[in-house]
Amino acid sequence: MTGSMNKKPLLTIKNVTKKFGPIAAVDGIDLDIYENEFFALLGPSGCGKTTLLRMIAGFEFPTSGAILLSGQDIAPLPPEKRPLNLMFQSYALFPHMTVRQNLAYGLEMERLDGQEIRRRVDETLASTDLSELADRKPEQLSGGQKQRVALARALVKKPKLLLLDEPLGALDKKLRERMQLELKRLQHEAGITFVIVTHDQEEALVMADRMAILKSGRLLQVGSPEEIYEAPSDPFVANFIGVMNFVKGTMDSDGSFSAGDYTLRPGNPVKSGPALLAVRPEHVSIATDGQGLAGVISDIAYHGLDRVVHVRTAVSDAPVQVRVEADKGRGLDIGSSVHLTFNAEKCRAFDAAGSVTATEKEKI
Amino acid sequence: MSYNAARPNLLAAPAVLWLVAFMIVPCALILLFAFFERGVFGGIDYNFNFGNFARVADPLYAGIFLRSARIALTAAGLAILIAYPAAYAITRAPASRQPILLFFAVLPFWSNYLIRTYAWIVLLNREGLVNNLLQALGYHGEPLSMLYTEGAVITGLVYNYLPFVILAIYSTLSRLNPELIEASRDLGAGPVRTFLKVTLPLSLSGVAAGGVFVFILSIGNFVTPALLGGGRFQMVGNLVYDQFLSANDWPFGAALGMVLITLMIVLLMFQAHMTARASGETKGANADA
Ligand SMILES: Nc1ncnc2c1ncn2[C@@H]1O[C@H](COP(=O)(O)OP(=O)(O)O)[C@@H](O)[C@H]1O
Ligand SMILES: [Mg+2]
Repeated sequence: MTGSMNKKPLLTIKNVTKKFGPIAAVDGIDLDIYENEFFALLGPSGCGKTTLLRMIAGFEFPTSGAILLSGQDIAPLPPEKRPLNLMFQSYALFPHMTVRQNLAYGLEMERLDGQEIRRRVDETLASTDLSELADRKPEQLSGGQKQRVALARALVKKPKLLLLDEPLGALDKKLRERMQLELKRLQHEAGITFVIVTHDQEEALVMADRMAILKSGRLLQVGSPEEIYEAPSDPFVANFIGVMNFVKGTMDSDGSFSAGDYTLRPGNPVKSGPALLAVRPEHVSIATDGQGLAGVISDIAYHGLDRVVHVRTAVSDAPVQVRVEADKGRGLDIGSSVHLTFNAEKCRAFDAAGSVTATEKEKI
Repeated sequence: MSYNAARPNLLAAPAVLWLVAFMIVPCALILLFAFFERGVFGGIDYNFNFGNFARVADPLYAGIFLRSARIALTAAGLAILIAYPAAYAITRAPASRQPILLFFAVLPFWSNYLIRTYAWIVLLNREGLVNNLLQALGYHGEPLSMLYTEGAVITGLVYNYLPFVILAIYSTLSRLNPELIEASRDLGAGPVRTFLKVTLPLSLSGVAAGGVFVFILSIGNFVTPALLGGGRFQMVGNLVYDQFLSANDWPFGAALGMVLITLMIVLLMFQAHMTARASGETKGANADA
């Protein structure tokens, strides 16, 4: 999809572990990130995303493992010698400097001459739409403006690699959606590799070329947003990305899955025994008669373009969510009995080892 | 809410009364005295004039003012030079150990000022600990005359006020967002340049608070110069003390006091200005999250 598999990686994370006392914040992560990629690290709060970025930037040291930049181990380099930049979650703008001085700071440290600095600062101020705010101090900026200054201050350095720690976390929803596209544009224009950290799966899906899902310091899956959405490697990932229904049942040795008296052949057969079937709301059909998984409608939510019908069944902890086009869902009422059929090819089966419970879902 | 910001708050009444009774009224009286004259047999001659202020400008007294200012400035400067590294080291210690380190830094302050100052006499006199120690180390010349010098006065002042300066600088340093320092490193500045361009400018309000504090308390101090400076040594504080208690010239003492108070108010305003600027900056430094 990205065609990056045959390129040499820009950043290689080799079996990196970071322990704080007995607890591993990052636990044996292996990851390659390629040039010009927009890469997202996605995971719930506390899963080690910031710790991983801080190790790449040089503010924490791996307990074991190595980090290579362009094939070179960067362990001996202090933060100021690493050809990469980190945009902090708190933005960390220098409060005693104007916007322009904040941007110029990193270039002055490279001992560029004054004219060159002014040219590059002006250029970056223009491309991030900050020219009018150049002489303000950080205290005179809104949250969104501070975010742009923090981004500009990193971009003006033209690093090989830019690390962004929840860059949009502090913004309201509207601004966040606009900035997602803006970040993609800036990344494309600057030709810089972005590694962005987020706990918002939608944000990762919208922006990333590839993404990695982390949980408790471990890497669960790496792939393009499509790969991860369509073929999650385990129930946690399935649940974390988008909306996912889980149905409990048994896998037979012939590759068919049955829950109650409903049987189908999922796209990925797993070993026989107790199993979990995951299916997206858009791959479930609902009918008032005929065959399929029996259930009772518990709720109907109108979303404009479509309706999401919640169906309580005997084989799922949470009601199964079904997406129907708004005008087709009219005959359905809360309390009526229905039958569900799944698009078998799009279903993912998981063996009992990785079961996800409803309570775990809520924690996310 | 029924709270009305325009309505005077009665809870502040005791503090306001206290200030009026023990600050404003005495200051106003002193100011008033400064415009009168000493009576022939002591007491006050109520004869309004500016003569006392003209006398303050007399080279004899102006010289004492200048010397006091120089001593106070030296003490403030030295206190900052000693306190800054100490405060910095405390902020770098593990958070759990910082309160204990601060406790030790402030500990001397809890003993009596006079006792602490007398302790320096014991240390510095010709048969004192320092000279004995030097002799034990093989020094055989004349014992050093350290006591009753300007250096002894400055030492005493620095020693007595150091805890305040450590606290003042520590409080600004510990409020500094550590990510600012990391951001500076990330942008290519080494530890030294990061200190000079980020840490130091952002802790100046604490430095100013500590420095102004030492300067004000030193320039008006009369106990330390009297004990460690010996009789030969006079600072403004001793001069004021003398006018009121020996020379019986209250009006001139009042004029000297007024000049001193004015100087202090100007410095305190400067310090308040630094603090206000710094608090704006700390607010601006954080995301609106
Ligand atoms: N300096 C530290 N000392 C001790 N524990 C830490 C430190 N930094 C992070 N942790 C712990 O490591 C885990 C991962 O934290 P973090 O990387 O900040 O997660 P995320 O950014 O994904 O929310 C958390 O459990 C956190 O409490
Ligand atoms: Mg984080």
